[in-house]
Amino acid sequence: MSVIARPSTLQDAFDALDALPDAHLLAGGTDFMVEVNFGHRRPPAVVAIRRVPQLQGYEIRADEVDIGAAVTWTTIERELAGELPALAAAARTVGSPQMRNAATIGGNIATASPAGDGLPVLLAADATVVLASRQGERTVPFAEFVTGVKRTVLRPGEIITRVRVPRLTGPQEFLKVGTRNAMVISICCAALLVDRVGRTVRIGLGSVAPTPVRAPEAESYIAAEIDWDALWAPPESVARFGELVRDAVRPITDHRGTAAYRSRAVQVIATRALERSLA
Amino acid sequence: MPAPSLPATFTRRRRAPGLGESVLRPDAPPKVRGEFAFSSDLYVDGMVWGKTLRSPHPHARILRIDITGALAMPGVHAVVTQDDVWGSRTYGLERHDQPVFADGVVRFHGEPIAAVAADHPELAARACAAIEVEYEVLEPLVDAEAAITAPPIHPDGNVFRHIRLRHGDPEATGDVVVEGTYQVGMQDQAFLGPESGLAVPSEDGGVELFVATQWLHVDRDQIAACLNLPREKVRLSLAGTGGAFGGREDVSMQIHACLLALVTRRPVKMVYSREESFFGHVHRHPATLWFRHHARRDGTLVAVESRMVFDGGAYTSSSTAVIANATCFAAGPYRVPNAKVDGYAVRTNNPPCGAMRGFGAVQTSFAAEAQMDKLAAALGMDPVELRLKNALRPHDQLLTGQVITGVAPVEECIRACRELPLPPAADPDADLMTLPGGAGRTALPHNVRRGVGFAVGFKNLAFSEGFDDYSSARVRLELGADGEPVATVHVATAEVGQGFVTLAQQIARAELGVSSVVLHPADTQVGSAGSTSASRQTMISGGAVQMACAGVREVVLERAALDLHLAPADMVLGDGELTTKDGERSVSLAAALRAGPVEAYREFHHAPTDPLDENGQGNAHWSLAFAAHRAVVDVDEELGLVRVVQVATAQDVGKALNPLAVTGQIEGGIAQGLGLAVMEEIVVADGRIRNPSFTDYLLPTPLDMPPVVQTWIEQPEPGAPYGAKGVGEPPTISSTGAIVAAIRAATGRPLDRVPVRPDDIALPAPTTAAS
Amino acid sequence: MSDPDGGRGVSDALHDPTTADSRGGQGYPRSDGDRDLPLETYVLSVNDRDLPVDDAWVGESLLYVLRERLGQPGSKNACEQGECGSCSVLMDGAVVASCCVLAADAVGSAITTVEGLTGEGELSDVQRAFIDQGAVQCGFCIPGMIVALTDLLDRSPAASELEMREAISGNLCRCTGYGRIFAAFRQVQQERADARA
Repeated sequence: MSVIARPSTLQDAFDALDALPDAHLLAGGTDFMVEVNFGHRRPPAVVAIRRVPQLQGYEIRADEVDIGAAVTWTTIERELAGELPALAAAARTVGSPQMRNAATIGGNIATASPAGDGLPVLLAADATVVLASRQGERTVPFAEFVTGVKRTVLRPGEIITRVRVPRLTGPQEFLKVGTRNAMVISICCAALLVDRVGRTVRIGLGSVAPTPVRAPEAESYIAAEIDWDALWAPPESVARFGELVRDAVRPITDHRGTAAYRSRAVQVIATRALERSLA
Repeated sequence: MPAPSLPATFTRRRRAPGLGESVLRPDAPPKVRGEFAFSSDLYVDGMVWGKTLRSPHPHARILRIDITGALAMPGVHAVVTQDDVWGSRTYGLERHDQPVFADGVVRFHGEPIAAVAADHPELAARACAAIEVEYEVLEPLVDAEAAITAPPIHPDGNVFRHIRLRHGDPEATGDVVVEGTYQVGMQDQAFLGPESGLAVPSEDGGVELFVATQWLHVDRDQIAACLNLPREKVRLSLAGTGGAFGGREDVSMQIHACLLALVTRRPVKMVYSREESFFGHVHRHPATLWFRHHARRDGTLVAVESRMVFDGGAYTSSSTAVIANATCFAAGPYRVPNAKVDGYAVRTNNPPCGAMRGFGAVQTSFAAEAQMDKLAAALGMDPVELRLKNALRPHDQLLTGQVITGVAPVEECIRACRELPLPPAADPDADLMTLPGGAGRTALPHNVRRGVGFAVGFKNLAFSEGFDDYSSARVRLELGADGEPVATVHVATAEVGQGFVTLAQQIARAELGVSSVVLHPADTQVGSAGSTSASRQTMISGGAVQMACAGVREVVLERAALDLHLAPADMVLGDGELTTKDGERSVSLAAALRAGPVEAYREFHHAPTDPLDENGQGNAHWSLAFAAHRAVVDVDEELGLVRVVQVATAQDVGKALNPLAVTGQIEGGIAQGLGLAVMEEIVVADGRIRNPSFTDYLLPTPLDMPPVVQTWIEQPEPGAPYGAKGVGEPPTISSTGAIVAAIRAATGRPLDRVPVRPDDIALPAPTTAAS
Repeated sequence: MSDPDGGRGVSDALHDPTTADSRGGQGYPRSDGDRDLPLETYVLSVNDRDLPVDDAWVGESLLYVLRERLGQPGSKNACEQGECGSCSVLMDGAVVASCCVLAADAVGSAITTVEGLTGEGELSDVQRAFIDQGAVQCGFCIPGMIVALTDLLDRSPAASELEMREAISGNLCRCTGYGRIFAAFRQVQQERADARA
């Protein structure tokens, strides 16, 4: 019996998952293969879903972009910079060009690494994850999708099919701190999205908590401080915003960076992201 | 001579022979086509895969090893441990203190425990996982300073070597005194081609090994001793080697693979993963260095005191020579009439350390150059002027009392480097990708400050302290199938990327006047070429090839002269002809070879050196090389991120035998210096390596490397073939110090540690001093 | 982008100090499944040829299969974790790290390796430029560099220096410091521009 299934429809995928219950669900392979190559994982079977039509392509709608789970970061970087600037900016920092050509947004979400570059953007944008299974479809707000370090609400037999990312009107910034100029796991990162229509500021932070996090107190503080017609805020308020973001996170010390540095860095990049977004 | 790195592209290179010309590499065509066989590309029918089981603990007693489960797995051919080593149980470069497999006690994280041979690498990995090992975990000794007096963790003791250097009046003092303690983190050679090779058992009970290495003969000797085989039965051939930089000087998989091959009677291929590679080879010594510099008010150096502790990790490797270099060159390329230097290389349960490009001089250069900047500041002097004032010259003495008899254009290097053009001023409209933070786009131009720094470094070329350093070459000249002369050069020189294969052809063409030169594969069928290290192969193996060519030339001249009833001294060889000095008559080389091939075998030994005496004094070194570096950096102080904007260098090269190759060596060496300055460190905590992967051991990418502006000082070195000096190490010695000096200039931070981490720049200094 | 934290296995035991009991074992739960490798048979399209892969362990990377089964060792294995680019191949026209592609899932895709960039014995202009500019030292990074730069120059002939650096930001070289590699890029760009003129 074959130990790999390469379904070309969603139904075939569900059948394969039933037939191979221990199978690994494979998208781009950039996370999975590293684990296999390192001996961390020994897959008894694989269900490779990159050919499933329901996971392909993207649709630009008035208020959101509906992105297939199998869409790569290169596609997002090159083709969605106008509609989703922060997500495209984050895409540009994922790994290397080779990684971006293979790694998928669905895979990134399913892996749910605390350092996943696209995840803070999805969190800040209030994206929605669409999951399909034999039982049907369900949607989960991204904020509820990731529950811990590499833990999600994905159930056995479920496949991420789409990610719906709201389009916001306003400046967007993505800043990522790393000790090298390219191909680096973030020490911390920040996605800042300004919604001129809704008059909100959203900030998503990565690598400073077990999951990507928002900074609700900082967000509501600055939303109140901004002159929304001019899209301007006093420098002291911008600085205070940075402090509140810093206070919202409890980063750890690991081999990539110290907690003290992460706190400092997240404050700096939150402040700068806001500065760049305002007039 | 301005080096051809300005302008940035060359016009198409000539394929013409000729020393001093940018001849193209003979192995480049197969390399660009992906057809060049590296050691990990080897394949032979019937081969099995070897894999090593390594200790998860830095220090432990091994209570029990049970291989039965592993051995019972389908597809597993053999499992071996230290019990299966029937020859010498230990090996090593300087001292044989390292066991083939951990011998009842583990002394470093990742020490080999056993090895497996199986049909598939994944089976071999699972078999390793199935070996049951019972450890009694012990507290690791990880403090290098404490190791000096701590109970020994090895029968040979914890101090590999203590060099006590006293020069002039060790109690001399000066009017102006500056001192500091500096730290250098553990750098890794990170050669891209993983440790790998293929061991094939021979009919005669011996073994043949195709392997990537730096020194075939020393590998051979250690394998032979451990397998209790006569040397002639252990035959090594150099397989394509993907870089080395010191990391292949010690044995890695060689003995394990040969042992498995003899036990299984099958060819055994072993290829390390990158992760295993971080555990499987020695690293650059981390070091703590204290210095105190004394000077007169006019800036003349009076005395240098230093105490330095190099952490050699679990086994000796080449620590005894590394600390010698560090001590001898401790103060940098300056005139220092009085010195008191104590250099210690110690044993701990940290990862073993050994050779890496620069070999001890890198660590001291970082510290000593920081000291020179501190001194300049204390004196109110320009840091470059201070260096010029004290720069070594020929006939000056080193700290070891040795008088410099070769060329030493230190002042010329400093002046020439200073004169190199600076990069354009920071551009307010620069793409954010070009600012510190790169692709993370964290800085805007107004977040960035620029700084410039300077450093000078030097070290010995080739081996020292009385070591009989030599290489051997066999050259054969004969008529090829097409009736034209062809020279075959057989040297055991390990080509690791540095370009010796090109040079060997250039030398043979120049010396023998032939265009067709074939390189015999490097193997142990010819005498030792010594190590590809210490920037020595151009000089030593180049010298051997030159001598062997001269021997061949002598014979063909004799033949031609006999033909023309002349004396050999009346004729010259060149361009395929043997011609009389007046140009009137000639014999073609082809004609002279009709009587049969001509072969010569020669060894080139550099002039003898002496050991260091009990005061660290002695004529220990043969030749020296110097280089000055200037770095320009942009720094985002708030985030502590650095972008190196330009590195300029002037290097003492003797004579550039291949300008294109020299350019590449200098650029590559500076990249490694940059890595140590701002991003490369093996993070070790409690004896454990925390970052054994390229995810977290960061090498400079194309977005990290700045333009390198280089110029060369060419003063031929007496006693060196063609007057050429080795060029591999000087680029790595003081480039790190120049970059850190530039960061200090941009930030005002003292920065006494490398690699500089963002914390060091962005966070307030700790209130308690680091010990 | 993979973050090799979490998960348990062979290499974790190498890192994990928390194994309180002194048994080494590598921490991987043992089961009968460990004794046998699940195998798969499939066909890959490599350099315009259909090549069979028989009874291969399903976990093998495309890099492994190319090198050890299909006689195409040109793509290199410097890190096997997507961090160095030495394994770069073109898959359906995009440059990917073949170490991070499951070979058994590469079925149906067109794969081009360094060996397939030119005909037998030929050198492309990119390859010639690498030779001419001294961009080759040990050569281990070179196949990946050649694939990445060939792709860039085909896609974006007028790429700027910065775009070029970003396009090969995933290709590490330890020998050259990249200077001569950048020079090779400029040579090809100039030659192609001259040819168009």
